[in-house]
Amino acid sequence: MAGDPAANPNPPADAVLTVRELECRRGDRVLFAPISFAVGAGSIVWIRGANGQGKTTLLRTLAGLSAPAAGDLAWTGAPEIAPRPLYLAHANALKEDLTVSESLRFLLLLSGQRVDGLDLDRALERFGMASRKDAFVRTLSQGQRRRVALARLAAQRELLPWLLDEPFDALDAAGVELLAGVIAQHARRGGAVVLTSHLPLPIDEPAPAIVELHAPAFA
Amino acid sequence: MSGTFAVLVARDLRLAARRRVDVVLPIAFFTVAVSLFPLGVGPEPQTLRQIAPGVVWVAALLAAMLSVTQLYAADHADGSLEQMLLVPGARISIALSKAMSHWLLTGLPLVVAAPVFGLLFDMSAPAIASLVAGLVLGTPVLSLLGGLGAALTLGLRSGAVLLILIIVPLCIPAIIFGAGAVTAVESGLSARGHYSLLGALLIFTAVLAPIATGAALRIATE
Repeated sequence: MAGDPAANPNPPADAVLTVRELECRRGDRVLFAPISFAVGAGSIVWIRGANGQGKTTLLRTLAGLSAPAAGDLAWTGAPEIAPRPLYLAHANALKEDLTVSESLRFLLLLSGQRVDGLDLDRALERFGMASRKDAFVRTLSQGQRRRVALARLAAQRELLPWLLDEPFDALDAAGVELLAGVIAQHARRGGAVVLTSHLPLPIDEPAPAIVELHAPAFA
Repeated sequence: MSGTFAVLVARDLRLAARRRVDVVLPIAFFTVAVSLFPLGVGPEPQTLRQIAPGVVWVAALLAAMLSVTQLYAADHADGSLEQMLLVPGARISIALSKAMSHWLLTGLPLVVAAPVFGLLFDMSAPAIASLVAGLVLGTPVLSLLGGLGAALTLGLRSGAVLLILIIVPLCIPAIIFGAGAVTAVESGLSARGHYSLLGALLIFTAVLAPIATGAALRIATE
């Protein structure tokens, strides 16, 4: 596995995201010691840390949902994609009363993508959910819901940076392998990925760079 | 931006079509509340005519408040709201679309049903027309303000009570001028002043409430 991006103060020329001395807060509590790292095009960054260390907060901050407490972060790269990374949160953002394909279509339309039925079918097919495309989300198991949420990744046409919060959660062994394939493929095409996972990442190529979150020196 | 608005309204209407009971509830509440008054107050036509506009407006306000408390709750809980807020510059569209679907599902049915209740209270045709006109201008104000309240109390444990405490005072002008328009028509005066004020109120809230709602949503999800 790999290089420690924190050790390299100068971001690579193709950096999609540059984070400098970033600090996040939850209420009054500083969650982790300031971190710096850069995410290059075509690379995978794996955020690691104990429970409650701020992995989710960090991803939300990178997505722009929360403001950083200190330090700065900059999305660079092509201006039209830079400001909107694709963020998949812990919650699946699926509606119980919509069908699988309606949910996926809504999420894609929302992110400004034109959708046709074929794209949807292909994306669901990729995650093994094509046979359930007309089923209501409320009839799916946790793992199946996760697969539907992840199908968004396969349906994405543009090469957006991905922010994935525990994407391997609730997936079975086949699902984990599938998702690892999708993530690796995205990186090989030149897309950047930042993800959290408490399980070892089953991705070898490109090797994920690890960013470790540590408790702040004085809390 | 208009794309987000259309996508969200279409989705909310589809969701409503799948949960018809939730949609019927505020209208049922309105119907029951309004029809109970003649039973309690007594069948005196003169009294009924007099209290009718106030009763209809108060019931409309309560029906709107009843249904608005959950406006953002489900989307907040399942993560949809975060995904909406991630769309650049979509906050105002979110607020507007939510208020719009709320109005289509509760305000519009009340506007359509109002003439029937006018007949129930023995109102004259011009009075019924002014009641409907007032509701057309006033119920969107209730939906917009209700949306603001729902966003401000999002994620709070006793949000519904707080929402009513915050929003009901803001709705009072709509009630006063809405009911006032009917009273004016019944006593042979022109209701144009009332309509103008309701219209001004609608424009004012349509411009400012979505901005405030967007900011509140942002704070609630931070």
